[in-house]
Amino acid sequence: MPGFGLSLGWTLTWLSLLVLLPLAALLIGALGLSVQEWVGIVRDARVQHALGLSFLTALIAALINVPIGLLISWVLVRYRFPGRLLVEALVDLPFALPTAVAGIALTALYAPTGWLGEPLSQLGVQIAYTPLGIVMALIFVGLPFTIRTVQPVLEQLSREHEEAAATLGASRWQTVRKVLLPQLRPALLTGFTLAFARGVGEYGSVIFIAGNLPKVSEIAPLLIVIKLEEFNYQGAMAIAVLMLLGSFVALFLLNLLHKRWSRGLVN
Amino acid sequence: MKRLLQTLLILAAIGPMTGLAAKDIELLNVSYDPTRELYQDVNQEFAAQWQKQTGDTVTVSASHGGSGKQARAVIDGLAADVVTLALSFDIDAIADKAKLLAADWQSKRPNRSAPYTSTIVFLVRKGNPKAIKDWQDLAKPGLSVITPNPKTSGGARWNYLAAWAWAKRHFNGDEAAIKTYLAGLFANVPILDTGARGSTTTFASRRIGDVLISWENEAHLVLAQQPGQFEIIVPSLSILAEPPVALVDKVVDRKGTRAVASAYLDFLYSDRGQQLAAKHHFRPSRPDVVDAALLGKFPALELVQIDQEFGGWAAAQKGHFTDGGSFDQVIAQSQSR
Repeated sequence: MPGFGLSLGWTLTWLSLLVLLPLAALLIGALGLSVQEWVGIVRDARVQHALGLSFLTALIAALINVPIGLLISWVLVRYRFPGRLLVEALVDLPFALPTAVAGIALTALYAPTGWLGEPLSQLGVQIAYTPLGIVMALIFVGLPFTIRTVQPVLEQLSREHEEAAATLGASRWQTVRKVLLPQLRPALLTGFTLAFARGVGEYGSVIFIAGNLPKVSEIAPLLIVIKLEEFNYQGAMAIAVLMLLGSFVALFLLNLLHKRWSRGLVN
Repeated sequence: MKRLLQTLLILAAIGPMTGLAAKDIELLNVSYDPTRELYQDVNQEFAAQWQKQTGDTVTVSASHGGSGKQARAVIDGLAADVVTLALSFDIDAIADKAKLLAADWQSKRPNRSAPYTSTIVFLVRKGNPKAIKDWQDLAKPGLSVITPNPKTSGGARWNYLAAWAWAKRHFNGDEAAIKTYLAGLFANVPILDTGARGSTTTFASRRIGDVLISWENEAHLVLAQQPGQFEIIVPSLSILAEPPVALVDKVVDRKGTRAVASAYLDFLYSDRGQQLAAKHHFRPSRPDVVDAALLGKFPALELVQIDQEFGGWAAAQKGHFTDGGSFDQVIAQSQSR
């Protein structure tokens, strides 16, 4: 391949500068801690709870985003309706919005005095300042990922497959399950992965709606900020490294799954 | 050609003397959240005064944010000429971690480098429906109390220490009783915002909670912005909050701004600076030079000092807010109820 050496060199250089070096700095910073300090951080109930909450809420939000994202993509690809371009543009807004603005808007909406929060609280459901609020915020910031990964794949699926399935006597549901979904699966998984990864590290939109009570609604990124606020850089880096490890394992597993499913598609 | 050179030489020689070459100076004041409105006024008036005195144009930009976050930005390289933060612990950190100023910075200006002070009061809804009068009321079951998180907010640390100081007297120094009281208080806290402004928003705009533990200046700001909806309750005892100011020596020497930056801080102590502080609801350190009409909103109350009561900020931080400190114990106790 002509020019491969050069482009590989550039790629590695930029990747190192932009991604690998900061990550290495993080690891080196956290390496300054003794084994005992590490054990202390890992065994700290508050750290465990915050990490658990961050990963669990991100998982739930990503799982919810997959069907919603699929539905919205389907509507955008298959139907022509007035205002469709407007909806297309709206979908990307959470990408562009400062997440703190999203957090404040969501809190205003779901707080017990908000438009939606007030009727809901009369029904006994509280969203703002509970883990449920965190999930709502993460759905908001993660939704564009699932839509934008599924949509291009949907656009390339020709209707002929569906028509062929119909002529062979497949019901509509069978067509969806046996013809459409297998082809969409890799894209759905990618969308899920991206939304999940985004949710784990999300800070801005969450702190406003979470309530931030230790062991109730305190997310791991907030614990990192708390450590920084104490000028405890090493402690902050240690939790960051734990988060990185968790994310890396999750993303690695998802990639394995992705590979298997993509291969299944080719066969 | 020779003539031109001559003229230039003459100009170069007399220029600085006559002040023909007026300079443009830029200062950066790194401050914390609730001083936004104060420094808008201060910066404008100081620039006008400086121009009258020296002919130089000075533009002061102010950066606002959580006090600890601001200190960290300066440590990490934000070129602040002066810092005006919420507590001396944050400026100590700059002296300690980045060595940008001397460790004895606090003794360099009058009043332990605090040109104005504040204290911690309660903000309640109009008519005080829950009849909150003093600190003991905040731990009563069924009440909802709003305060930011002491781990992330300088203001919240003042709140916590004020409650501690009151309880220390009330329970005759019995530490278990003090912690039980504080656990009761924090069991009433439904939301821990990361900063004082966040808590104010939660209380005043989202209408959550029966009482907000707040900076006095912030409470007055809310009263002024949403008149007729809230009232201030002054507890029997509170803490003297001293937001200190300091010159960042290494930065002003590098930028050559020592004289003007120093004058800027002195302006805060001047008659006019004190007047502005009082106008923006900070207690002036020289009340004698301020209009009596502006002083009426600062009622007298017993105020404890951080040095006498807690042995200074470093000790207070260590005993109460580090990992496993009294705040962590109180939170654990409040959750095991």
